[in-house]
Amino acid sequence: MTIDTSWIGSHAGELTSLSVSHLQAALSAVLFGLLISLPLAVVAHRIRPLRGVLLGLSNVLFTIPSIAIFVLLLPVSGLTRTTTVIGLTIYTLVVLLRNTVEGLDSVPARTKEAAVAMGTRPLRVLLTVELPLALPVIMAGVRIATVMSISLVSVATYIGDGGLGQLFTDGFQRNFPTPVVAGVVLTLLLALLADALLVAAQYALTPWTRTRKQRA
Amino acid sequence: MYELFTDLGSWLVGSQQWTGGDGIGHRLAEHLQYSLIATLIAAAIALPVGLLIGHTGRGAFLAINLSSFGRALPTVGLVVLVFLASGLSMTPVYVALVALAVPAIVTNTYAGMSAVDPEVRDAARGQGMRGHQVLLQVELPLALPLIMTGLRLALIQVVSTATIAAYVSFGGLGRYVFDGLAQRDLVQVLGGAVLVAVLAVALDLALAGLQRFLFRHRRGATA
Repeated sequence: MTIDTSWIGSHAGELTSLSVSHLQAALSAVLFGLLISLPLAVVAHRIRPLRGVLLGLSNVLFTIPSIAIFVLLLPVSGLTRTTTVIGLTIYTLVVLLRNTVEGLDSVPARTKEAAVAMGTRPLRVLLTVELPLALPVIMAGVRIATVMSISLVSVATYIGDGGLGQLFTDGFQRNFPTPVVAGVVLTLLLALLADALLVAAQYALTPWTRTRKQRA
Repeated sequence: MYELFTDLGSWLVGSQQWTGGDGIGHRLAEHLQYSLIATLIAAAIALPVGLLIGHTGRGAFLAINLSSFGRALPTVGLVVLVFLASGLSMTPVYVALVALAVPAIVTNTYAGMSAVDPEVRDAARGQGMRGHQVLLQVELPLALPLIMTGLRLALIQVVSTATIAAYVSFGGLGRYVFDGLAQRDLVQVLGGAVLVAVLAVALDLALAGLQRFLFRHRRGATA
C-alpha cells in the first residue's frame, strides 16, 4: 500500500473544505444535543420518576446503529445535511443527558441549602450555583460527545454527506488508499484539536477546581 | 409515508423474506456470528489489559487516552483502509469491530477495578493473600458488574457496526441496507435498519436482564 503524497498536495483545497464541513456537522450536533439535554437533565434531576424514563429512552436510542438512524430519517429529511445533524444529535443525547444529570447530582446538598438560605431564588440557584458546580462532569460529557460525533460524521457518507467520510468511499471505489489515509488522519486530528480546545475551555471556566487541587 | 410503513411491514413479515441464503434468518445468524467473534477477540485482548492496569494502578493514563483515541477512530475509514491493504477477506471487518470494542472493555474493567474499596484490598493483603489471589478472589468479583457493563456496551456497539461487513461484500443484516441503497429500494434499506436496531436493543435488554439476575444479591453494587 503506497501513499501518493502529490495527491494530498494537489487536493489541499478539497481536504480543507471537507474538514470544515465535517467539523460543522459534528459541532452543530453537539450544540443541539446540549440545547435539548440541558433542560431535560434539569427535569430528570428534579423529578425522580422521570429520571429512569428519560435515561432509559436515551439508552435505547443509543443502541440503534448510526447507519440505521440516518437511513430511518431518510423519509423525513431526505439526503441532506439535516439528516446528518439530526442523526448525530440523537447520538450525543445519551452521553450529554447522563453526564448532566450526574453533574447536577454531584452538587453537595449543603451548598444548595446555603444558597437557598441566603434567599437566592430557585432559577438563580440553578444557574449560578448548580450548573457551574456541575460543569466539570457536564464538560466530560461534552468532550466524549464531541469526539464521538467527529468520528461518526463519516458514517453519513452512505447517505451522500459525511464530510471527510467521502474520502473513504472515494478511495474504496477507486482502490486508492491515499484519500482514505488522509481522511482517517484528518478525522483524528480534528478530534484531538476539538478535545484540546474543550479542555482549555474547561480550565478557563472552572478556576475553583484548581485551587482545590493545590490544597490537597 | 403511510404506504411506506405498510410496505415495510409486509417486507418484514413476508415468508419468502425469512428463508434461504438471502433470507433474514440466515443474515441474522451471520450478523450474530460476526458480532460475537469480534467481541470475544476484543475481550481476550482488553480484559487482561484492564485487569492489569486496575491491579497495578499503572498505565491508567494510557487506558483513558486509548479510549478517547478509539472513539475518534472512524470505523468506515478503518474498514476501507485495512481492506485496501489486505484484500478481500473478513479481516478488515474484524479489525474495525475489535478496535471499536477494546476501548469500551478496557475503560470499564479499569473503572470497576479502581472502584474497589482500598480498605477491602488492604484487608485481603493483611490476611496474607498474594497479589494474584487479591486480584482473582477479591478485586475481580467486586469489579464484575462494571466489567459486564463494559462487555455489554462493546457488544451493542459491535452489533450496530457489524452492518459494515456488507459494505465490503460480506453478509449480515447490513446486506439489506447496502443492497437497498444501491437499488434505490427504500423499503429494503429501512427493513435492514429496523432489524439491526431491534437486534441491538433485544441483545442489550437480554444482557441487562442477565446482569440483574447474576448480581441480584448485590444491591447497590451496580450503579
